[in-house]
Amino acid sequence: MSDTHAETVAFVRETMLPQKAPPASTVGPLGWAKANLFSSYVNGALTILSAAFIVFVLYEILPWLISPTWEGTSLTNCRELLAAAGDDRGACWGVIRERWQQLMFGFYPRTEYWRPVLTFIFLLVAIAPILFAQFVPAKVAYFSALFPFIAVWLLWGGTIWGPVLALLGFVVGFVVFRYASRAIAPALALAAGVVAAIIWWSVITPFVEPDLSRILPIGIRSVQSREFGGFMLSITIGVTAIMCSLPIGILLALGRQSDLPLVKSICVGFIEFIRGVPLITLLFVASVLLNIFLPPGTNFDIILRVMIMVTLFAAAYMAEVIRGGLAALPKGQYEGADSLGLDYWQAQRLIIMPQALKISIPGIVSTFIGVFKDTTLVSIISMFDPIGLSNAIRADTAWNGVYWELFIFIGFVFFVFCFSMSRYSMYLERKLNTGHR
Amino acid sequence: MKKSVFFGALTVAGLAAGAAAAATLDDVKARGKLNCGVATGVPGFAAPDAAGEWAGFDVAVCRAVAAAIFNDPKAVEFIPTTGKTRFTALASGEIDMLARNTTWTFSRDTDLKFDFVGVNYYDGQGFIVPKALGVSSAKELDGATVCIQTGTTTELNLADFFRINNISYEPVPIETNAEAQQQYLAGACDTYTTDASGLAATRSTFEAPGDHVILPEIISKEPLGPLVRHGDSEWGDIVRWTFNALVAAEEYGVTSANVAEMSSAPGDNPEVNRLLGTEGDLGAMIGLDAAWAKNAIAAVGNYGEIFEATIGESTPIGLARGLNAQYTNGGLLYAPPFR
Amino acid sequence: MTTLTDPPAESFKLSMLVYDTRYRAITFQILALLAFLTLIGWLINNTAQNLADLGKEPSFAFLYAPAGYDINQTLIAYNNQDPHIRAAFVGLLNTLLVAFLGCVTATILGVLVGVLRLSNNWLIARLMTVYVEMFRNVPVLMWIVLCMAILIESLPAPSAFRGDDATSSMALFDSVAVTNRGVYVPEPLFSRGLGDISVGGYFEISLDLIAFLVVLGGGIFVSRQIARRADAQQEATGVRPKTWYLRLGAVVVPLLVLMVALGFHLGLPELKGFNFQGGTYMRNSLIALWLALSLYTAAFIAENVRAGILAISKGQTEAAAALGLRPRRITSLVILPQALRVIIPPLISQYLNLTKNSSLAIAVGYMDITGTLMGITLNQTGRELETVLLGMLIYLTISLLISAVMNWYNSRVKLVER
Repeated sequence: MSDTHAETVAFVRETMLPQKAPPASTVGPLGWAKANLFSSYVNGALTILSAAFIVFVLYEILPWLISPTWEGTSLTNCRELLAAAGDDRGACWGVIRERWQQLMFGFYPRTEYWRPVLTFIFLLVAIAPILFAQFVPAKVAYFSALFPFIAVWLLWGGTIWGPVLALLGFVVGFVVFRYASRAIAPALALAAGVVAAIIWWSVITPFVEPDLSRILPIGIRSVQSREFGGFMLSITIGVTAIMCSLPIGILLALGRQSDLPLVKSICVGFIEFIRGVPLITLLFVASVLLNIFLPPGTNFDIILRVMIMVTLFAAAYMAEVIRGGLAALPKGQYEGADSLGLDYWQAQRLIIMPQALKISIPGIVSTFIGVFKDTTLVSIISMFDPIGLSNAIRADTAWNGVYWELFIFIGFVFFVFCFSMSRYSMYLERKLNTGHR
Repeated sequence: MKKSVFFGALTVAGLAAGAAAAATLDDVKARGKLNCGVATGVPGFAAPDAAGEWAGFDVAVCRAVAAAIFNDPKAVEFIPTTGKTRFTALASGEIDMLARNTTWTFSRDTDLKFDFVGVNYYDGQGFIVPKALGVSSAKELDGATVCIQTGTTTELNLADFFRINNISYEPVPIETNAEAQQQYLAGACDTYTTDASGLAATRSTFEAPGDHVILPEIISKEPLGPLVRHGDSEWGDIVRWTFNALVAAEEYGVTSANVAEMSSAPGDNPEVNRLLGTEGDLGAMIGLDAAWAKNAIAAVGNYGEIFEATIGESTPIGLARGLNAQYTNGGLLYAPPFR
Repeated sequence: MTTLTDPPAESFKLSMLVYDTRYRAITFQILALLAFLTLIGWLINNTAQNLADLGKEPSFAFLYAPAGYDINQTLIAYNNQDPHIRAAFVGLLNTLLVAFLGCVTATILGVLVGVLRLSNNWLIARLMTVYVEMFRNVPVLMWIVLCMAILIESLPAPSAFRGDDATSSMALFDSVAVTNRGVYVPEPLFSRGLGDISVGGYFEISLDLIAFLVVLGGGIFVSRQIARRADAQQEATGVRPKTWYLRLGAVVVPLLVLMVALGFHLGLPELKGFNFQGGTYMRNSLIALWLALSLYTAAFIAENVRAGILAISKGQTEAAAALGLRPRRITSLVILPQALRVIIPPLISQYLNLTKNSSLAIAVGYMDITGTLMGITLNQTGRELETVLLGMLIYLTISLLISAVMNWYNSRVKLVER
C-alpha cells in the first residue's frame, strides 16, 4: 500500500496529530453564548431585544419593590416614610405586615390558627400514599381514609362526636353491605348498606349525639364557616371539591361509558351542561338560586352552597379526566377481567380503576390547580377569598388606595402553590411515562 | 300515587317551615346570634379591621339590635353581601336584617317584599370632579366619561339625569369603590358618581383631597336604611324601634357615657324614663326586657355618637351632619314618641 | 332423528329483574330514570313552593320593559330606553366579540410562544418558560384586573393631549389616540352612503357594509378564477404566467371604485370637550379583557403546541433536514402541519375555556352577557331565577356551538389513514 502512495502522493502522514483544543469561539462562556444566544443574526437580535426587555422591567419594578415601608401603619404613613427616605414612589408593604394573617386565614380566631395549619399538614400526610407511593408505607392510607373526618373536626371544631358518628355511619353501611352481599345480589346489598347508613345518620345520630356530647364533652372551640377566609378558604373549597368530586367523577365517567343508553345520556347531559357554562354562573346559582331549589326553610350557609356547586363543577371535569384514563387502558385489560369471570363492579374495582386512576393522577392534579385558581371567583359573590379580602382591606380608611401590593402578594402566593403542584404533576407524568414504555 | 304522597309530605314540611320562619325573634334568640347583612367593604359604613372585627356606621345598627336583644353587641354574625346577593340573602332567611347602604324605594318595599324600618342616612347621588377640569355644575358634563358603581340605583339615576338634561355621557360601570377610585384618579374617567357620602369618604383618602370638588347637584334622593322581610311585623318593630331609640337618645341627651347613670333611677323626663325602662314597660310590648334601649345605647352610643365615631367630621371620612341632623337642628331625624 | 325443542319456557319471576342480565339492564335504567325524574320533580316542586312563598311568579315579561341603563361599548344601536332583552343581546354580542378576538390572538401568540419555547436561543426559551409559568399559575381573574390596572396607570389620560403643553400626542399622523380610556382610531365614513336597512324593526344593517362585502367577495372569486387558469396553463405548458398583478387588481380596483363612488373618507378622532370625539374606539375594559384572556389562554395553548411538537418523532425532523430543508421550513412545512392534528383537540377546550372566562368581564366593567343580563338587569328587576337560567342557557348554546364547529374541523383535518 505504502508503495502506491509513494508513487502517487508526495507525503502521507503515518501518525495521528495530537488533538488540538477547540477554537476559543466554541468553548467556554463565549462558545456557549455563540451557540445559544447568537447563533444567527435573527437570534442575536432577539437575544438583545429580550435582554433589553428584562433590564427595562427590572429597572422599572425593582426600585418600587424595594421600599422601606414594612413598618407603615397606613397609606399616609407609608407616604411619609417614603418621603423621609427620599423616594418619590415605592410600595407600601405595611399593609402586608398588618394583614398577611388575615389574607391567609380570613377571620379565623387568632388563637386557633394552629388548627388550619395542622389540617394542612395532615392533608399533606394523607395524600402522600397517593402522590409518593414508593416512599410512604401503605399503612398511611388508613390515615387518608380518616382524614376527611379529622379535617372537618379540626376546621369547624365543636364536639368530636359529630365526625365520629358520621364515620361510624360509613362503618355501619359497610358492615351491612358485607353481610347482606352474602345473601343477596351485590346491587341490593349496596342499597341495603346505603339505607342502613342513612338510617344511622338521620335517626340514630341526632338521637345519640346530644347525649354523648353531654356525657363525654370532648371538643374544641367551634368556628363558623363564615369566619373562614383568605387562602384557607380557597384551599378548603378546592380540596373539598376535589375530594368529593372524585367519587362522583368516577361514577359519571363509568356512566358515560355505560351500555345503558338512559344512564349514559343522563351522565353526558350532566357533564356537558356543567362544562358548557362558566363557573361564575354556577356561583350565582349558589348565591341566589340554591335556596329556591331546596325545600322551603332549608338554609345552610353560603360556603357550603359554594362547595356544593364547585364540587359539581369539578366532578364534570374529573369525569372527563377519568374517562381519558379509562380510554387509555388497553382493551385487553377489560377482556382479561371478563375472561376471569369477574362481574362489572369486581372488574372495575380490581382491574380497571386502579390502573385508570393511576394514569389519571396528573390530570387530577391539573384539575385541582384549575379549581384552586377558580376559587378566586367567589370574591364576586361577596365571599372573602384573598381577592375579596383585598377589597375589604381597601375599605379600611387606613389602606384605601393600596392596590398593587395586595395583588402582588396574593399572586405570588398563588404562584407558589400552583407552580409546585404543576411541577409535581410533571414529575409524575415523566415517571408514569417510563413505567409504560 | 307514590310521588304525589311524597310531594304532599314535602308541602306540609314547607308550610311548617314557613310558619316557623315567621317568628324571627325566636329564631334569633334560639341561635344566640343576630345574622346581619352588611356590605363587603365601604369605608366608614362597614369594613373589617385587622383583627376581623367589623366596624362602621351600618355595622353599629346591627350591634345596637344585638345589644337590645342579647345585651351583647358582639352577638352578631356579619354576613357580607353584594348588590346582587343582598336581597336574596334577606328573602331566603339567611340574614335577619340588612344594613347595607340600601336605598328605600317603592318597588323594593312592595314588589321585592321587604320592610324598610327607617332611614339611618339621608343620602343623594353626587359627582366628584378634579378641580383642574374646571367644571362647576353637573350640567356641564356633556360628553364626559362617568365612573359608576354598579349594582345599585345609581345607573338608573344617572341615565335619567343625562336624559332629562339632554346631554350625553359615557358610563364606565365598576364593581367596587376601590377600582372606581383608581380609575378616577388615573383620569380614566372625568367624574365619579355614587352616593355623596361615599364620594366624601373616597375623597378623604386621596393624596391631595383639595384638588377635587364634589359638584353641588345631588341628582337623586337616597334614603338609606336597614330593612327586614315582609311578614314578620314583630321583628320589624324591634329593628325599627331600636333604631328610633338611638335617634331619640341623641335628642334627649342620653349618651353611652351617661346612660348607666340615667337609667339607674327615674329622672324628671318621663319620655327618657320610658325609653330607658325606668317607667312603664315598653320593652315587654316588643318582646324584649325593659332595659333593651339602655343596652343598645350603652353598647354603641346614640345616633350622634355613632355618626361622629364612624363617619363624622373628626374621622378621615369627615362628613357633616347636614340632612342627618336632628329636626331641632334643621335635619330630618325625627324619632316618634316613646309612649 | 331427534327433534329440536325449545328449552322449557322459564316463567317470569320477580327476582329475575335483579339476577337475570337480560332484565337487569332494564331494571337499572328504569330505576335511574325514576330517580332522575324524582330529583327534577323535587327541584321544580321546591322552586314553585319557594316562589309562591316569596309571592313571585316566574315570568319573562320583564325582558320587554325599558332597561333604563346605558352601555358604553355596543356593536348595535342601543339607548337606555330599549328593553332589557336588547341590552342582553348587546351583552351577548360583546361576549362573542371578546371571545372571538381572544381566540384569534391567543392562538397566534400560543403557537408563537410554543415554538419559541423550543428555540435553541437560551434566553428566549427561558423567557418564554417564565411567561408560560407565570400566567398558568396565577388565577385569570387577577390577570384581568392587573391588565386593566396597567392600562389605566400607564397610558395617558385624554387631558394629557390637551393644551399647548400637552404631554402626549396622537400616533400615526394624528389619526390614532391611545388613552387610558380606550384606543381611538379613524372610522370609515361615506359622504354618499347607501343608508341602512332595518331587519324586522330591531336591527339596522349598513348597506355600505353589504356593498363592500359583495364587491370584496366578487373580487376574490375573480382572483381565484385567474389563479385557476394560471394553474391550468402551468399544467399544460410547464410555464406559470405572471398573474399576481392581475389577481391583486381584481380585488383592489373594484373596491377603490366603490369607495370613490360612495365618497369614502376617514373620520378622525379629535379631542373635543372631555373626550376624543369622532372615529371609532375600543374601550379599555375590552382591551384589558382581550389582552388578559389572550395572554392567559396563550400560555396554555403554548403548552399544547409544545407537547404537539414534541410528539412528532425526531425522525421527521431528521428526514426533513436530510432533504435539505432549512430549520424554519422544517418547522413550517413538516412539523407544524403534523403537530396541528395533535394540538387541535386540546385547542378546542382552550377556546371553550376562554369563552367561559370572558364572563369575568364584570371585574373590569366590560358589559358582556354576565354584566348586562346577569348583572344590572338582575339587580334592577330582582328576577334571579329567570336571568341566571337564561344566561346559563346562552352560555351553554355558545359552548355547544363552538365544540360542534371545532369538532367538525377536527374531523376534517384528521389523518384519514388512521
